[in-house]
Amino acid sequence: MEDSPFNDTSYEQFLNGGKIMGSKCKKCGALALPPRSICVSCFGSEMEWVQFKGTGKLAAFTSIVVAPPYMLKEGFDRNNPYVVGVVELDEGVKAVARIIGVDAKKPEQIKVGTPLKAEFLEKGEGPDKQTSLAFKP
Amino acid sequence: MPRKGKLSRGVAVVGGGLTKLGLFKDRNCKDFFAEAFVEMVGSVDKGFDPKEIDAVYVGNYSNDFFVNQAHWGPIISDLIGHVPKPVTRTEAACASSAVAFREGVLAIASGLYDIVLVGGFEQMSRRTTEEVAEGLAMAASPYEVAAGFTFPGVFATMATAYFAKYGTDRESLFNVTIKSHNNAPLNPKAQFPMTIRDFMNARIERCRKKGEPIPQWKDEKDFLRDSAANPPVAWPMHLFDCCPISDGAACLLLVAEEIAKNFMDNPIYLAGMGQGSGYSLHAKKDLTTYEATGAAAKEAYDMSGLTPKDIQFSEVHDCFSIAEVVHMEDLGFFKPGEGYKAVAEGLTRLDGPIPINTSGGLKTKGHPVGATGVAQLYEVWIQLRGKAGKRQVPNRNLRVGAAHNLGGTGGTCTFTILERR
Repeated sequence: MEDSPFNDTSYEQFLNGGKIMGSKCKKCGALALPPRSICVSCFGSEMEWVQFKGTGKLAAFTSIVVAPPYMLKEGFDRNNPYVVGVVELDEGVKAVARIIGVDAKKPEQIKVGTPLKAEFLEKGEGPDKQTSLAFKP
Repeated sequence: MPRKGKLSRGVAVVGGGLTKLGLFKDRNCKDFFAEAFVEMVGSVDKGFDPKEIDAVYVGNYSNDFFVNQAHWGPIISDLIGHVPKPVTRTEAACASSAVAFREGVLAIASGLYDIVLVGGFEQMSRRTTEEVAEGLAMAASPYEVAAGFTFPGVFATMATAYFAKYGTDRESLFNVTIKSHNNAPLNPKAQFPMTIRDFMNARIERCRKKGEPIPQWKDEKDFLRDSAANPPVAWPMHLFDCCPISDGAACLLLVAEEIAKNFMDNPIYLAGMGQGSGYSLHAKKDLTTYEATGAAAKEAYDMSGLTPKDIQFSEVHDCFSIAEVVHMEDLGFFKPGEGYKAVAEGLTRLDGPIPINTSGGLKTKGHPVGATGVAQLYEVWIQLRGKAGKRQVPNRNLRVGAAHNLGGTGGTCTFTILERR
């Protein structure tokens, strides 16, 4: 996996294995999550993989009441909202993800700055297995 | 030699047209564009022959998805008798036609053309609300969509970052909604020409007819606080924080500055314009600013030699209430963290020192996404001509106005300054 190309497909494959993997620019050290093949700080294109610990804090969020079709299929709707947000990881990069373990019906009680840790949400089985990143307090 | 950041020759706006906005399932984008085109031809004071149009640039976000028809450039060219001259369609989500305007300006400034028609159109009414939401989400970042974000959800997320940073809450955005709806009844083309008070009275009337309990709201804010009247869409964005789904079209006639007076005695001139690109949420350094708007504004101010203080009024992309506040700050109208206070103090009202969204904004006028950029510039143009009727900015000698347009969740932003000399 260390030889994987620095792209979205590799990122998803690592997630399926329960790892949050991003890129580190060999020239300037800039981190990116999901990985980048071109460094947007120094334009270097030599990268190495780096694993993120999966701890951070909530930077911003929303409770989605009117859900898109693919979330309706998972049972979310006007009576069953869900929370998504931006998490600032300890390493200094941000990730967008589902936020679980919070009350989506009482969003005014959810606080920006809340410490969070990563969870891996799995859908489907075998070759159809898809893992998505989530965070919970 | 022309310098970088300046146009090689000036451009004037000498004609404009905008349809009434709303939901018109029985008509299509050809009908909408024809309506806007006929108004544009009639608006040119000294008249002109549409045969003289050298090229056409039209913005359209996603008729491909919304009505299953792509390649709209030649359809419009055929509609207005422009064949076989060139037509180009631009796509930049909700900023599609502001980008068409910009391409039209650049084509004239380069010396290639003298007379260019720019416009935009969209038909969103033939899809269900859920389908439209899915279609719009195609303009968000793939990472945002994969995580379960909706379009309103991205703006709602930025709102919580703004509230946390500046110590305010969603009630501060009620002032944006109330202000925009106060302008709405003055715009005969608005999709919802109603004040918030009008909505309250309509709901009370409906309850009375149905024999249901009559709601007892103290005032407009009390109505907006009531989740039965104003339900959440993506908290903290509720229904009255969100613009509607709309159909419509708009167009403007651009000509080289040196021939502008052949079309009207008092043309409106382009003073400056800019365009920027932006990150998706996870890559943003600061969740309370749009870097694309900052870049567009700098380019436009530098080109024009003007500063934010020179802008007397502006259309600001208000797809969601929070967007209007953050963008006013990014454009330099107010300091970071001061935008919501300015709205509360009435500074952005029609009779305030810097009226924002005199048209009623996307919230009330409507937001046919591909038409919006040019529709905003139409409003600036008509205000500068003193022909905005009941919503004409009162007691001011308007000389400089601007329009800010956003595409996607901030991926493309434009800022365009027009002036009367």
